Amino acid sequence: MSVNVNPPTVSSSREAAAPPTMRMNINKVNFFYGQKQTLFDINMGIATNKVTALIGPSGCGKSTLLRTFNRMHETVRGARLQGEILLDGQNILSQDVTLLRRRIGMVFQRPNPFPKSIFDNVAYGLKINGSKLPLADAVEKSLRHAALWDEVKDHLHKSAYELSGGQQQRLCIARGLAVEPEVLLLDEPCSALDPISTAKIEELLVQLKDLCTIAIVTHNMQQAARISDYTAFLLMGQLVEFSPTPHMFTTPTDPRTEAYITGRFG
Amino acid sequence: MNPRLRWRKFVSNFMLTMTGVCAVVAVSVLFFILGYLVYHGGASINWNFFTKLPVPVGELGGGMANAIVGSAKLLLLASLFGVPIGFLGGIYLAEFSGSSVAFVVRYAADLLNGVPSIVIGIFAYALTVLPFKHFSAFAGAFALGLMMIPITLRSTEEFLHGVPRALREGSMALGASKWRTIMSVVVPAAYRGIMTAILLALARVAGETAPLLFTAFGNRYWSHGLNEPTASLPVMIFNYAISPYEDWHRQAWAAGLVLLALILIVNIFARAILSRGGTILR
Repeated sequence: MSVNVNPPTVSSSREAAAPPTMRMNINKVNFFYGQKQTLFDINMGIATNKVTALIGPSGCGKSTLLRTFNRMHETVRGARLQGEILLDGQNILSQDVTLLRRRIGMVFQRPNPFPKSIFDNVAYGLKINGSKLPLADAVEKSLRHAALWDEVKDHLHKSAYELSGGQQQRLCIARGLAVEPEVLLLDEPCSALDPISTAKIEELLVQLKDLCTIAIVTHNMQQAARISDYTAFLLMGQLVEFSPTPHMFTTPTDPRTEAYITGRFG
Repeated sequence: MNPRLRWRKFVSNFMLTMTGVCAVVAVSVLFFILGYLVYHGGASINWNFFTKLPVPVGELGGGMANAIVGSAKLLLLASLFGVPIGFLGGIYLAEFSGSSVAFVVRYAADLLNGVPSIVIGIFAYALTVLPFKHFSAFAGAFALGLMMIPITLRSTEEFLHGVPRALREGSMALGASKWRTIMSVVVPAAYRGIMTAILLALARVAGETAPLLFTAFGNRYWSHGLNEPTASLPVMIFNYAISPYEDWHRQAWAAGLVLLALILIVNIFARAILSRGGTILR
């Protein structure tokens, strides 16, 4: 199967300038659960300080692909990865996984705050990494970055479970940001949230670009169109098309992409 | 109404009533036992019962202070031995083991849980009494601790399984090691359940008599240290109940009442811990 990879230099109003640098490169990635292959020869990049969206119908492998970026796939029995994933030019598969995950943070589909206080949730990553920073400052900074500070500053020591779903998700983003990752992965972060919370998180992600590189899985095409700079469209474990977002949503190269984004399937 | 329909209605109502009656019987057994204990032993419960040593036969009064303290000592020691093994084993089962290993350990734990307590008793006797040629609190605690292992292990495993996978992933994604994740996130999330299970295990072995008969044995006086025969409430009840003396019978009833009250309190306390705002296992 041919993969239409439009080099990011191709015509794009938003990306007219020089080719962006890639923070991550995914080279010939194949993925298996036991005997079943779920990803086929994926080649793509995650551009530095941009938002890259992975879209596609349910079961296309977009979450699986995202989870290989910080090797979360290794927590599942029987998962096997072939190929090469580079972070700043170095293969992540041969690095210490603990240090790697500190550099590549992750936010999950459902908010998953720890059964601890708001403060301790954010401080957790710093504590386990033995950070010498003053915790209170770092916690405040992360909560501000996640646009949650004003809502929680007066009850930092309340349980995180007392927050609303949208607040919990922003808390999880703050928790991820606290260790100052270079890349933040988000696996359908808004799928369990209402439209208002979703809008807040989308706005937040666009702002966070300056802080780190973002890769987001979403089943919501409008969301990808709104917030991402690059979009990768996956179908049945194959990367069908990878291009700058405006290009993808206006003049898709592959007929399957067009069929999907015009709502003919998926 | 035709007779057939009337018969069906009668059977239905009759059976419904029977289920209700049986439910009431099941509940009233507890209250009947409590009432019986209070009736026979209530009079013997006084300050002396909790503070005095047993008195020689024929003399009225006296208490079971040594048995109460002895039971507490035995349970504390048993927990120190049984809880860590059960707890860590449960963590291993829930978090680390492959499925075949887990199957064997789980099965063995269930079998151990089903071993009659008298068999646990002779096993502990052979291992911890015979070589040293004397009964001791250590031996009794060993037997009780053995019984606590499978209960603690299985319930730790179960409550850890109840912790959502998302919490583990959230922690691992921040670069936490597996052990760190377990200790800082998973166990705290299941903390209440595990505490409850440990208390219930404690309540369960608190009333065990058979494993203590020939390990801790019993003592009519204070035992000094943990290496001497030690009195306990259940064994005291046994000895007093089979004696031919009226006053001892009354004291046995009283001891039974105290023991049951303690176990009930622990049970209620344990369930209160579990239910208090228990939102963590969502």
